[in-house]
Amino acid sequence: MRILTLIRQVLDAEESVRVRNGVVELEGSKLVMDTMDEYGVEEALRLRESGAEAEIVAVAVGPARAEEAVRTALAMGADRGIHVVTDVTLDAIALSSVMAQIAKAEGAELIFCGGQEADWDSQALGAATAERLGWPQATWTSALELKGTTLVGKHEADEGSESFEVALPAVVTTQQGLNEPRYPTLPNIMKSKKKEIRKETLENYGVAAKVKVNGVEIQVKERLKKILDGKDAAGAAAQLVKMLREDAGVIG
Amino acid sequence: MILIVAEHANGKLSKSAYELATAARGLKREGGVTALVLGSGVASVAGAAALIADQVLVADSAELAQYDAEVWSAAVAQIAAEGEAEVVLIAGSRSGREYSPRVAVKLDAPLLEDVTSLKDESGVLHAEHYTFLTRVTERVEAKAAVVVVTVKAGAFAPAAAGTTAAEQFDVDLELPKRRLVVTGSTKEKTGRIALTEADIVVSGGRGVGTPEGFVQLVEGLADQLGAAVGATRAVVDAGWRPYSEQVGQTGKTVQPKVYIAVGISGAVQHLSGMNKSKCIVAINKDGDAPIFKIADYGIVGDVKEIVPAMIQELRK
Repeated sequence: MRILTLIRQVLDAEESVRVRNGVVELEGSKLVMDTMDEYGVEEALRLRESGAEAEIVAVAVGPARAEEAVRTALAMGADRGIHVVTDVTLDAIALSSVMAQIAKAEGAELIFCGGQEADWDSQALGAATAERLGWPQATWTSALELKGTTLVGKHEADEGSESFEVALPAVVTTQQGLNEPRYPTLPNIMKSKKKEIRKETLENYGVAAKVKVNGVEIQVKERLKKILDGKDAAGAAAQLVKMLREDAGVIG
Repeated sequence: MILIVAEHANGKLSKSAYELATAARGLKREGGVTALVLGSGVASVAGAAALIADQVLVADSAELAQYDAEVWSAAVAQIAAEGEAEVVLIAGSRSGREYSPRVAVKLDAPLLEDVTSLKDESGVLHAEHYTFLTRVTERVEAKAAVVVVTVKAGAFAPAAAGTTAAEQFDVDLELPKRRLVVTGSTKEKTGRIALTEADIVVSGGRGVGTPEGFVQLVEGLADQLGAAVGATRAVVDAGWRPYSEQVGQTGKTVQPKVYIAVGISGAVQHLSGMNKSKCIVAINKDGDAPIFKIADYGIVGDVKEIVPAMIQELRK
């Protein structure tokens, strides 16, 4: 079986966001493989370690620097990488076309994709890729096992969680709690340098963005910051309740 | 024609449906607003939808008793294509955001996700949505014969129900087989208002000390205020609270009238789920905690003393 894990390189969540000339500036900031994508790589490795015969391929579409994120996946244990090198920003629907074409060409049977990555806050890539392939999807997956050719797992629904079964091929989107991603060990980092990352160009995939981005801003809401000292708990509590009732008018 | 997919739960039209109606009314398209109701035994829901739309399409069948991404996307895409919808509005709920990409692919349409504003300018849809863990607002546009849009909960004011009911039409749909088989579900029934629909949210973090402390302080205050209960990832990971209560990047996003953070320091992943709340209140022992930087009101002190005192004060 071949498993694809879709990788995005994003701004580390701990880094502050800066906007310059209408775009978020990433130059000089720490960029990492998205945590949501790490769950996907880790889960693919675990499925293999629990007995599934699988080749694990990390796939990224993005600028030259995105290779670092693919390299991280290889250092975790993925077998090889595919990097479609482009500076074009694609929305999830357009990007899903690239992912689906790669999945077909690779004969993949299982795709892992982050539930919601930390750069574009989109949840669409996994579902859109599944639709293009005519596959079912399990989103926001918090537990997963492979029994024969059936995935058995748990995922979050609108309210509460559901247990599910779905036959391969399928797309699985991840979330926190699915697993605890491993850190690449030094020997594995050394080994990963020899692993293949196939470079491709976006032109071969015939896609164009469907959504035009007109700019970004950081909208900071001015907050009142009326912070009381709570040494006198009863007094502070009474004053806070009064402010919420009378000044803010937000409670009855 | 603008198509809105009217969500419902427990026999009631969801707040999101009223918000979609407002978003739809702001667009300049001919053919009015059509609401689509999918489900089983949904006559009363369809009746409510008829008060906010110009016509209602009802697909009432046992096959639609339970949500499924493939079934829902097939149904919505079919109706949108047959009705030549120019805009398809879907709630930015977990399910809405899960099946809407499939609708967009089926219709070869652009998808605008989780928008907080929506405008029509000479046939081009302009929207805003958050990126970078809700820290950045991105302005986007899409121009196409049909555009699929998911709308963020709370971004639009709910439409007031009209007094005359629009006409209802039953529709027959060709639905695909379910392939994701749901073998069990655990629905948390708290008796409280849903987190994403509440005007007041009381959330707790590790600072409440113990699971019992959470019940006493966070649930106690929420009960007093008629509020929904939220939790941080740390508290959910520790098994104190169910995932359904989690607020943040990997949980729910809320923007209530007031968000009361009890014993929450304010990790960026948590803030991304609540930083658009209209009013933020923080109670925490550490005055340097990041949560105070985005708070309108707050108390630096021991939550175990302050919250019970607030509960007592509210009872007066």
